[in-house]
Amino acid sequence: MSKLEKAALGEVATDAAPPDADAFLSVRDLRIHFDTDDGLVKSVDGVSFDVRRGKTLGIVGESGSGKSVTSLGVMGLHRSANAKVTGEVWLDGQELIAADPDDVRRLRGRKMAMIFQDPLSSMHPYYTVGAQIVEAYRVHHDVSKKVARTRAIEMLDRVGIPEPNQRVDSYPHEFSGGMRQRAMIAMALVNNPELLIADEPTTALDVTVQAQILDLIRDLQKEFGSAVIMITHDLGVVAEIADDLLVMYAGRPVERGPAESVFAEPRHPYTWGLLGSMPRLDREDTDRLIPIQGSPPSLINVPEGCPFNPRCPYADIPKDNVTRTVRPELTEVGSRHWAACHMTQEQRERIWTEEIAPKL
Amino acid sequence: MSDEKEVSLPAQSDGATLTKGTGAGEPLLKVTGLQKHFPIRKGLLQRQTGAVRAVDGLDFEVRKGETLGVVGESGCGKSTMGRLITRLLEPTGGKVEFEGQDITHLGVGGMRPLRRDVQMIFQDPYSSLNPRHTIGTIVSAPFKLQGVEPEGGVKKEVQRLLSVVGLNPEHYNRYPHEFSGGQRQRIGIARALALNPKLVVADEPVSALDVSIQAQVVNLLDDLQSELGLTYVIIAHDLSVVRHVSDRIAVMYLGKIVELADRDSLYKAPMHPYTKALMSAVPIPDPKRKAAKSERILLRGDVPSPISPPSGCRFHTRCWKATEICKTTEPPLLELKPGQQVACHHPENFEDQAPQDTVLLSVAKEAATLVADEVLAESAATSAAVAAEVGESADPGARGTARPAPTDPQPTDEPTEPEDDRQESTDK
Repeated sequence: MSKLEKAALGEVATDAAPPDADAFLSVRDLRIHFDTDDGLVKSVDGVSFDVRRGKTLGIVGESGSGKSVTSLGVMGLHRSANAKVTGEVWLDGQELIAADPDDVRRLRGRKMAMIFQDPLSSMHPYYTVGAQIVEAYRVHHDVSKKVARTRAIEMLDRVGIPEPNQRVDSYPHEFSGGMRQRAMIAMALVNNPELLIADEPTTALDVTVQAQILDLIRDLQKEFGSAVIMITHDLGVVAEIADDLLVMYAGRPVERGPAESVFAEPRHPYTWGLLGSMPRLDREDTDRLIPIQGSPPSLINVPEGCPFNPRCPYADIPKDNVTRTVRPELTEVGSRHWAACHMTQEQRERIWTEEIAPKL
Repeated sequence: MSDEKEVSLPAQSDGATLTKGTGAGEPLLKVTGLQKHFPIRKGLLQRQTGAVRAVDGLDFEVRKGETLGVVGESGCGKSTMGRLITRLLEPTGGKVEFEGQDITHLGVGGMRPLRRDVQMIFQDPYSSLNPRHTIGTIVSAPFKLQGVEPEGGVKKEVQRLLSVVGLNPEHYNRYPHEFSGGQRQRIGIARALALNPKLVVADEPVSALDVSIQAQVVNLLDDLQSELGLTYVIIAHDLSVVRHVSDRIAVMYLGKIVELADRDSLYKAPMHPYTKALMSAVPIPDPKRKAAKSERILLRGDVPSPISPPSGCRFHTRCWKATEICKTTEPPLLELKPGQQVACHHPENFEDQAPQDTVLLSVAKEAATLVADEVLAESAATSAAVAAEVGESADPGARGTARPAPTDPQPTDEPTEPEDDRQESTDK
């Protein structure tokens, strides 16, 4: 059954955004819940998105919004005993959630790979960087250690590590933060994956190194034509690299669309809040930042209705207290641009152009 | 919660009467030649074989009522600097003066009376609060340690402080784990404010927080400053946050200040190539600028080790303007423009300080491949324009005329404004 047929069967009814027929990765109504002693944690609660080959999707949100859990779900890295994963993940025509874990394991590292946030804790301190890259390569390729080592050196060189011949025998602690992240990227790319998920790849790095790494990811993507998912909390980074954007809040998508339109005409109060709370170097300095009041909700007790309603300054605009009772669905607000808000299009357009945009 | 407008703290020190207007401009803290070398010991006898020169000669002042921002990459010594001026570390050399008093080598007892005037806010709100103490105990600890009995009792005062920083005073008996990251940072701020300090050193106060919470804490720091007349030294790596909060900014590289200037001059016309590179690396949340990627200056490699820093100018190994003099002579931190101190032989947006030295080092040629042509052309144009202007006005016989002055000297500030350039390039 193709993903289109499957989609037509209604699984995606909760999401107004139709699947993209050309997508390499297509995620439909992904839900990841964890049963804990305190209650059911709905980390991801109905997320859908598509990524095409050669394109980059940026997922933004605060901590606890479910960005990382989503990416681990796509990779199939949740332990089935703890996590309840439902929905569909279509990777190049193959469904992964219902698939045999062994089949997914064979895809992992080869067809899809991941770059983690903290390279020091995600690399093994006991093995050399080279040995870890060699292992990643030999899992998927039946080659001798010597060939794999040559490949590892080639990859280290490709990601810009100086003297890769010597550096291949260094331990992770002998690398600087930027070099470790490069080595992580080399490890992730050693099998030429078609899908690369980068989870906050530059958060732990300095701006100058961040610029180098973003440049590297962009170049490699151009070279290999892979689909990239970039998870970050930094709107600057996604603006820099992403073609499409998914804004998440409390495990749910609140806005989704091409990066240009989401930045130019955001249609959700949370996105406005994110844009207003960061100081920007490209604008005249404002006197005060416009913070979002309050803090993100607990995922055990997600507020009724729109999860953002306790922090939303416009929660009383829609009539009949609907923001506190009915969960808003993603509705189309522009070409390939969806937002989940109860306010009407006109109301949001007016607030954005009159109240928010001038203050940014 | 914090609707009580009256925030005058009970008199523990005369700082209560300090307002932003009075005494602004007077140095509160003066640092000269400050150094901190951490020894590296090896072998059986633990003989010192070297030193990490974390802070290697800093000169600056912090004026009353201002905010001094300190930026730099990790390992540039900015946190060590913060710990030296609060005297949590013993300086290896140099001098720290607080309100005219030399505090460089004061002992624990000698520092104690000063501790109430100098406070610190730490980066990580998770590890800087004792998990076994209630918020009440944490915020009242300064009173206990200093033997201060505030008017109306400690409990009342602590509750007042909690409401000043926007927390519910009822939460007096809760533990740190019951609070979110942003709330914990507020607790840290309440603790720092308890004794009504004159100087608050904040080491990365918002970098562990989410964007939306960051803005709340930044605004809170802002409000407290205008209400209590605080003086801040804010150490951060995020250039946009630093620009937002600071009046003056020091840019550090490998234990040295490379540029110290007021905010607007620094961001409009950075003079040190490192400052320029640092600012160009900040990602801008505007996807239209993706096309304008060419403006970015990518620095090669990493910051060199502070154990054996490069000779001469410490930035010369990564600088695209480096010449022989940069390798041999260390540039002094000079006030080239009013309010803008720079340590560079070949500053951007200004007259070249070593015009006779024009041969680029080979590293510089390599580094220049990472700098877009437009950036190079622009900086040459601005430097020439400034040189011409200086040559005309100040001393016509000297350096200025030694270089061919352009026939049409441009006004200096026009091509240097980064905002304008970005606008232009987005139109392309």
